[in-house]
Amino acid sequence: MTIANDVFTPDLAPAPEGRRARRIPVWAWLLAAFALISFARVITGSNEVDSAGTLREAITAFIPIALAGLAGLWSERAGVVNIGLEGMMILGTIGAGYFGTFYGPWQAVIAAMVFGAIGGALHALATVIFGVDHIVSGVAINIMAVGVAAFLADLWFSGLQGGGPTQSPPVEGPGAINLPGVSDWAEGVEHKHWFLVSDLASVVGTLTRELSLLTVVSVLLVVATYFILWRTSFGLRLRSCGESPSAAETLGVNVYRYKIYAVLVSGALAGLAGGFIVLVGAGLYQNGITNGRGYIGLAAMIFGNWRPGGMLLGAALFGYTDALQLRAGGGAVHALLIVIAIVLLAYGIFQLRKGARVAGIVTVVSAVMFALWFFITKEVPADFTRMTPYVATLFVLAFSAQRLRMPAADGQRYRRGEAG
Amino acid sequence: MLKRIVVGLAAPVLAIVIAMLITVVILVVSGNSVSGFMTTIFSVPAPRNIVNIINNSSVLYLSALAAAIGFRMNLFNIGVEGQYRVAVFTAAAFAGQGWLPGPLNVLVAVLLAIVAGAVWAAIAGVLKVTRGVSEVISTIMLNAIAVSLTAYLLRKWGGIVGNSIQTRALPKDSWVPGIPLIPGAPNEVLGMALVAVVAGVGYAVLLSRSRFGFELRATGASPTAAVASGIDVRRMVVTAMIISGGIAALVGLPLLFGDTHSYGTTFQSGLGFAGIAVALLGRNNPVGIAFGSLLFAFLVEQSSLLEINAGVSNDIVSITQGVLVLSVVVAYEIVRRYRLAAEQRSVAEQLAPAGAKQEVAA
Repeated sequence: MTIANDVFTPDLAPAPEGRRARRIPVWAWLLAAFALISFARVITGSNEVDSAGTLREAITAFIPIALAGLAGLWSERAGVVNIGLEGMMILGTIGAGYFGTFYGPWQAVIAAMVFGAIGGALHALATVIFGVDHIVSGVAINIMAVGVAAFLADLWFSGLQGGGPTQSPPVEGPGAINLPGVSDWAEGVEHKHWFLVSDLASVVGTLTRELSLLTVVSVLLVVATYFILWRTSFGLRLRSCGESPSAAETLGVNVYRYKIYAVLVSGALAGLAGGFIVLVGAGLYQNGITNGRGYIGLAAMIFGNWRPGGMLLGAALFGYTDALQLRAGGGAVHALLIVIAIVLLAYGIFQLRKGARVAGIVTVVSAVMFALWFFITKEVPADFTRMTPYVATLFVLAFSAQRLRMPAADGQRYRRGEAG
Repeated sequence: MLKRIVVGLAAPVLAIVIAMLITVVILVVSGNSVSGFMTTIFSVPAPRNIVNIINNSSVLYLSALAAAIGFRMNLFNIGVEGQYRVAVFTAAAFAGQGWLPGPLNVLVAVLLAIVAGAVWAAIAGVLKVTRGVSEVISTIMLNAIAVSLTAYLLRKWGGIVGNSIQTRALPKDSWVPGIPLIPGAPNEVLGMALVAVVAGVGYAVLLSRSRFGFELRATGASPTAAVASGIDVRRMVVTAMIISGGIAALVGLPLLFGDTHSYGTTFQSGLGFAGIAVALLGRNNPVGIAFGSLLFAFLVEQSSLLEINAGVSNDIVSITQGVLVLSVVVAYEIVRRYRLAAEQRSVAEQLAPAGAKQEVAA
């Protein structure tokens, strides 16, 4: 129901057609980023930048954001905007907290998904059946979920050993994968602090020690989502509901049903994201433990242009900065400033060579600013690091909104039989 | 006429009934005392509580107005939360210095706060019209940035009082005195609660008596028609965001000047989101919002005794509030459909020649 952005689009530059630059494959980008971080580690001596400890923390921070982003992807691909992700995550946390306390870790995982899906069902009822504005419904679900979780926590956990009216006793997570032989060897190499080799070793070390099964499941869910939504006819129909529901209707797709499926899956995934925080991240339920991660997940999805790969990249970026702050403090984040400066400089030169003079100069100047910030200060205040995901998202939106394309009918009201 | 009023009131009443019903179901299922809940919530509030209700509802009212002005043109300013934080921090930081004498200090601080809130909101507006960034996303981002930014500035310039960090306290001559409105109450109504009344009247006049208000509503009803009739939608978006941010800036000020006298880590948060809920509840109508904010403030105030009187967690009230918001919009949708059907029926009846039965296409 928000004003359609195409009212404003005439001013935006049309997408460049014709001359197509040769695509650089994704793995090359990842390799370059990896080498750059390794380089920054060597020259600044901040070994925490990519130590196994930091990476483990980063995965723990990354998965909930990625799952929330995935939840957003399902819902918005079917044309339902889901601001209620945060609320559904909160419902997932309380479900996981209760079943984790009284039953077992896998029951808790299922419960988190079911609780999240209940939130999704509510959102589907309001938006699809009653045609209520999507954002209104999402805001209401967020308010309600906070109350429901706090109320149930008081009811379930008061007076329990180790628990209280606002938090559950410690809960156990699902099992983890350990390969002691490999991880010990990797740790040895990591502590040599060699350029690239030690960084690679710390990645190997992270993946072979205490890698939660839930993390593996989550990654599989992302892959599964890609295949379901982009490689099956079910996915094609679901996405057609997000692009042009009336066209889908004329082809015999039951738009209501697909939207409801999508929002239910969305709720379950958001609930799982909350469950992950409780079972793997914190090891207990606490009021307000999601701390706005649902919104970050939403931001990661938009950052990633409503595509799973881009969403993962956004979630990784946000999770990594978050973890780095927690684990290593302002010093390690400070080392990243030089990485940002180098990336910006390279991008600025690329823009200048392409002939975009103003944009190029702006980028180069900001590169110089980041370099100055790096050389003048010793560390980055925690508050600034905390801002990073949000500022990054704003910048990405501001600079690439022309290239971002959300599902055409996203957030629009659809009534059966009203197609023009 | 009577029928119109009944239909108009049907939705809010239906919503309140639904919300109460769901609350009761939750209480029963969770094995809590329904009668204890009912007698506590619907007891007559003491004078002290009445004052609290008035104070809270005035603050909520401002927050809801800020959200409502955007909603009227389908502009979702989710960022009231961040705007009022930035604004109240600005006001507290400036007024705390005590550079100007009494009332002048307050006036300048309020103006600065309005500018800060408006600028913060304008970022989202400008991003929308120049870069096509959805204001929902940008204001959510700006909320989070505002929290971190004020936390940083507070850490940098604030002093530690007890276990919270605070800006320098306002000089005594810049405190806005309270109004002893309710006889027998030990506390007073916040002096700046009056701002809410002024803002409400201003909102009503602006919306229904000015060209700007007409254009705002026209844009909300149909952006394409608005563009066709020569309304500069881009300018409307930025202006609406600026006004919305300016009103949002007022949200924290009654508390700052009348109660806390400084901005700190313990300053009341969450008013922005509550305001959105109230705006939805009041259907963006100045009078409706007044009822909505009174209802919300009433529920919160009455719930503070739930734990002691009935052994029920007072979090139950936020469930009631959330259900209320959702059921209000659903109820309006149902009433709208009912009206549409009734209209079609009456048109069909009038068109059909008496006696002759005709089939009317749906």
